[in-house]
Amino acid sequence: MSEPGDAGVERAVEPIVDRVLPDNDVLHDLLEQFDDVGWEVSRGQDLVHVPNHGWLDFARAAHDAGFEMCVDVTVVDWMRSRPERFEIVANLLSMQHKLRLRMTTTAPREQPTVASLVPIWPGVNFAEREAYDMFGVTFEGHPDLTRILMPDEWEGHPLRKDFGVGSVPVQFKESHQVN
Amino acid sequence: MSDDTKSVETMDVWVAGTEEPQFSPTDEGAQEISDHESDARLDEQFGRVVEDDYVFDDSVGDEDERMILNMGPQHPSTHGVLRLQIELEGEIIRRTKPIIGYLHTGMEKTAEQLTFSQGGTNVTRMDYLAPFHNELAHALAVERLLEIEVPPRAAAIRVLLTELNRCSSHLVALATNGMDIGAVSMMIYGFREREQILAFFEKTTGLRMNHNFIRPGGVAADLPPGWKDDVAEILDELPKRLDQYDDLLQDNPIWGSRTRGVGVISAEEAIAYGITGPPLRAAGVDWDLRKAFPYSGIEQYEFEVPLGEHGDVYDRYRIRVDEIIQSLRIAEQVMDSMPKGDYRVDDRKVTPPPRARIDESMEALIHHFKLFTEGFKVPPGETYVAVESPRGELGCYLVSDGKARPYRMHTRAPSFANLQALPIAMADSLMADTVATIASMDPVMGDVDR
Repeated sequence: MSEPGDAGVERAVEPIVDRVLPDNDVLHDLLEQFDDVGWEVSRGQDLVHVPNHGWLDFARAAHDAGFEMCVDVTVVDWMRSRPERFEIVANLLSMQHKLRLRMTTTAPREQPTVASLVPIWPGVNFAEREAYDMFGVTFEGHPDLTRILMPDEWEGHPLRKDFGVGSVPVQFKESHQVN
Repeated sequence: MSDDTKSVETMDVWVAGTEEPQFSPTDEGAQEISDHESDARLDEQFGRVVEDDYVFDDSVGDEDERMILNMGPQHPSTHGVLRLQIELEGEIIRRTKPIIGYLHTGMEKTAEQLTFSQGGTNVTRMDYLAPFHNELAHALAVERLLEIEVPPRAAAIRVLLTELNRCSSHLVALATNGMDIGAVSMMIYGFREREQILAFFEKTTGLRMNHNFIRPGGVAADLPPGWKDDVAEILDELPKRLDQYDDLLQDNPIWGSRTRGVGVISAEEAIAYGITGPPLRAAGVDWDLRKAFPYSGIEQYEFEVPLGEHGDVYDRYRIRVDEIIQSLRIAEQVMDSMPKGDYRVDDRKVTPPPRARIDESMEALIHHFKLFTEGFKVPPGETYVAVESPRGELGCYLVSDGKARPYRMHTRAPSFANLQALPIAMADSLMADTVATIASMDPVMGDVDR
């Protein structure tokens, strides 16, 4: 975790000028609180780009704005095609407003880290464990960040683009052989 | 003689306690319940993060009296290869940890190697009890990226098949739920009725399961001749059978005492833990994606969303029965109002040409060849589409970089999220209720592990 002093430096992100805000009242009020969050519509679905350090703050504000459920957290590995290799995507759902919102942030190639959303939505526990297992993205503040689908002693993170398909021999646990 | 002793040594059979083991039989590392788990983790496991009704009294009992019981992965009542580590105090379950991954086959990685039209064969194997819903979510996501709309007949066929699939899936849930609690006849009854629906699927798609019938751009083929008679027979037969189930279970005192007040999940907990589908509606939350975000024109049909009250095993059982009735209602309306027309979109870049055209037209042959070898290209973009599967919100997150294969395909599996409710539903309950609670969540391990 960063020191309080560092946070001030990190937060000196230039606000996005001339940004368009959505018509929807809920989203409009939510996005107004954050200068550095970008909004776009992707195939008719609302998508917000949150800076990595503001991930938890935005999530908390979204929760207070009525997004009471986070259905999914997943990762996309962009390899070299984007400056920041990993894109973390969280799918929010507001039952009261009948609204969906996808929030994304990025994490660098070396030691990709993002804040865990478990303190806000405990239901993302498994999803974040899966994302860690498959991509090696660390979720800070997650209560039990261990592998969930792959064996514990597995090396590497299978859904990364540089993890080959079928080129890795199947790993079994060390077992005794009887001659 | 010396050779004999040597061969005995190389046998190297490890007997507990006689020597230092080179491996520990329960070496699951972090997958074990730890004695020193953080308070945050414990709070989360007991559902303390949301206001709830559980009282966990640490002062009761001694630490020494607690034992850890491994249930599964090879256990008939865990509905596949689900493993639960259960910390028991006498007969009371204190903590539970679901351990999954035994059926993980890397289907999301596989999806990146398959074209968009081949993707259906992959996703249909995830939730093998509701294959049509998986195909539908995938097809809708691809169509949204392509920005195409399927013809009304294709949409109606999709609704008909997915709603009948909901019936067949819920029938398995009822069957296994009954079986686990001891109503063994339910197992036979549920599977008998399901077979009738699967026979219709086989006639329509060629396969009982894993159909790959709902494809991007429509469906693979038109409904077979005489489909109305088959559906009408199901619509006629199933309600009678459901009445029989009610005779068997509804007022059965054993069924009542095994299910009422067991495995309670409150509305607050369900929402906080991302639980969807029947377990959410059993807690009284009126949430159904077919009503909230309608897809495939399902909003034209009249149906109700059955709700529970207490969020216990009984309510989840009841909701499944009621949902079958509502799904049959939809199926009947679809049958009566089936639109005429094409069953797939008229877009040569997505839809292969009809078989007859291939024999007479060179362009049709080339198109057919290109579509099935290279596949069609999908414009860059990303989208998330969710449908209401029998188990809850089944979503498909699809990222395309403009090629014929998805850059990333992620499935939001309802069973995966719903499994997180097991620790809170089972906390401070009796060991004997475990199988009832697991069965009522209706997890499909193919969906959990993918």
